[in-house]
Amino acid sequence: MQRTWAIIERDLRRFRRSPVLVIVSIIMPLVQLVVLGYAFGGKIKNLQVGVVDQDHNVPAVRLQEMFQAVAANARTFNTVAYPDEASALRDLRNGQINGVVDIPPHFSRELLAGASPRLALVEDNTDQFSAATLEGTLGGLLTAYNSPAVPPRLSAVATLSVVEVYPYVPYIQYLLPGTIVLAIFVSAMIGGGIIFIDDKARGLHEGYLVTPIRKFELILGFTLAGAAKAIIAGVVLITLGSLIAGIPDPLNPLRLARMLLLVVATALALISMMFLIMVRISDPLVPRAIFGMLNTVLYFPSGAVYPTGSFPPWMKAIAVVDPFTYAVHGFKELALKNTGLMAISYDLAFLLGFTVLAMTAATLLFRRTL
Amino acid sequence: MFDIEVQNLTRRFGEFTAVDAVSFSVEHGEVFGLLGPNGAGKSTLIRMLTTLLPPTSGTLRVNGFDVVRAPNDVRQSIGVIPQAMTTDLDLSAVENMSFFAKLYGIPREQRRRAIKQLLAEVDLEIWADKPVKMFSGGMRRRLEIARGLVHQPKILFLDEPTTGLDPVSRVSVWEMLSRLKRERDLTILVTTHYMDEADKLCDRIAIVDHGKLVALDSPLKLKAAIPGQNILEASFSAVPAGWTATLEGLPEAAGVKAEDHIFRISSNNGPRTTIALLEAARDAGVTVTSLSVQSTTLDDVFVHYTGHQLRDALQTPSAANSPFLLQRG
Repeated sequence: MQRTWAIIERDLRRFRRSPVLVIVSIIMPLVQLVVLGYAFGGKIKNLQVGVVDQDHNVPAVRLQEMFQAVAANARTFNTVAYPDEASALRDLRNGQINGVVDIPPHFSRELLAGASPRLALVEDNTDQFSAATLEGTLGGLLTAYNSPAVPPRLSAVATLSVVEVYPYVPYIQYLLPGTIVLAIFVSAMIGGGIIFIDDKARGLHEGYLVTPIRKFELILGFTLAGAAKAIIAGVVLITLGSLIAGIPDPLNPLRLARMLLLVVATALALISMMFLIMVRISDPLVPRAIFGMLNTVLYFPSGAVYPTGSFPPWMKAIAVVDPFTYAVHGFKELALKNTGLMAISYDLAFLLGFTVLAMTAATLLFRRTL
Repeated sequence: MFDIEVQNLTRRFGEFTAVDAVSFSVEHGEVFGLLGPNGAGKSTLIRMLTTLLPPTSGTLRVNGFDVVRAPNDVRQSIGVIPQAMTTDLDLSAVENMSFFAKLYGIPREQRRRAIKQLLAEVDLEIWADKPVKMFSGGMRRRLEIARGLVHQPKILFLDEPTTGLDPVSRVSVWEMLSRLKRERDLTILVTTHYMDEADKLCDRIAIVDHGKLVALDSPLKLKAAIPGQNILEASFSAVPAGWTATLEGLPEAAGVKAEDHIFRISSNNGPRTTIALLEAARDAGVTVTSLSVQSTTLDDVFVHYTGHQLRDALQTPSAANSPFLLQRG
């Protein structure tokens, strides 16, 4: 144990003297949290919709009044009147407007005759998010337009009433659990297995491989030293991140304690995974080259940014073995729902089991000789 | 019992045989020098002796322990100063020593005493708490020597301890080694490129070339064993046919080697052969463009056995060749 402690002590001394790397590993995920959180979070506003009214009768005018109401209140879109379809479509293609609503010439007559006239929405579908918002808003608007002013006495329409179990979760809060895991991962990358590779590159390892230290003592030392740094990053993220994301009652001590437990389990799992991946690598450029790829392969399939339900089978398969998945799930439970440890017991068990397996494999693969 | 026993030691890297059936023994208290051109297999040999590389075949015993079967017993009995600088630049001298003392499992009180004493012995005590990145190459080398002795080993291995150091630091490193050896009853195995150092300091010298042991004896005997006590190095404007034979026929000449246009004549009596050489050249109408006479040095021994002074060879890539390796000095 003294030898393991010697490895840990050496690493933490170095860290104390140049903590820049860990600070970077904390700041990067925080920046991502804020930028991504606000980039994807908000409702889309101020779309430009061209309106070509070829009808000009009362029903068409009523429709246009409803458009104005949207423009004035929800501000989802503003309308721009066009005299004819051709000029509206030209502006649509030029990107000046996001969609064109075409009220056909016989719209009012057909409506009054009881036929179902069709309103055309031509949309710029290169931007799926704006297009979906337009469709949604106009769809809702038409439902309101179609409902009779006086409801029939017997209504046989089934309706859905939605009950929200938790307070509204903005996207930035949804992103927070993934960000915590990301910060731990970044520290694991720069503070874990790579330290041994850097030692190899500098020739330092020859110095301690001729001492009677055992493989397991060495690996345990590197793992615990790396985990200590990753835990620091994790602790900063669960507190500062919760404050930035606006989690209700962000500094609830009981929840922070539960999160700390999960931070420790996540740090151990990710550090031992990195050590296993790096155990046979000598070239210090390799880890730097594969970090970006590892990040993508582990972070996105985990459900950190989008629910896993939408993934193709191969990505779901990654999610099943990816420690990120369990860490993200655990932090979601704790941060967004403030659940107890029972809700994350499976996640904790997976992460600790993963740690044991990865450390065992790394010890078996580790070469004590040059 | 010998401190180091090497029998039929062979190491291959794929097709390449780096060390080829080498056998030798080192007695307790000896300073044993390992000489050879770059790529001759010295570092491979020292890495096998220090448990860093498993041998392909042969037996290796250090301090009575089999290197393959009882590596940890070997590690506890040896101090190793590898070729690459292995002190941690971010730590202070004491922290570096302390790190290694802990790896050797030395208890706290003993650790403190040993570090203090060793830093004094290598004249670094006033720099004890300064970060090693502020040290010069010579200071770092001395710190590594102190570090290699922190667990009081019986045998010290040094792989080119003075390469890259300035002449003053070289001398101080060697003086320190001689003193430590006397005071601590050490056996030392050292590789070096500097023949003058080896000549002065080693009790016995092994010359390695192409992975094979080509000569092994004390410096004095090695020098005496090669033909001629003086070496004449001469070059000529243009030489007639049979010139080498003419040179071989000079009085007291013991052998002639021609490399490019330079003739190396070993002689048992330098002055006599020199005068005869000049006369022979005049008679043959050959102009002597350069001539020097030297007494035999270990360099001559080296060249005699290895046949050349410079050898380029491809090596298996290792950390020691990495561009990330911190340069010595």
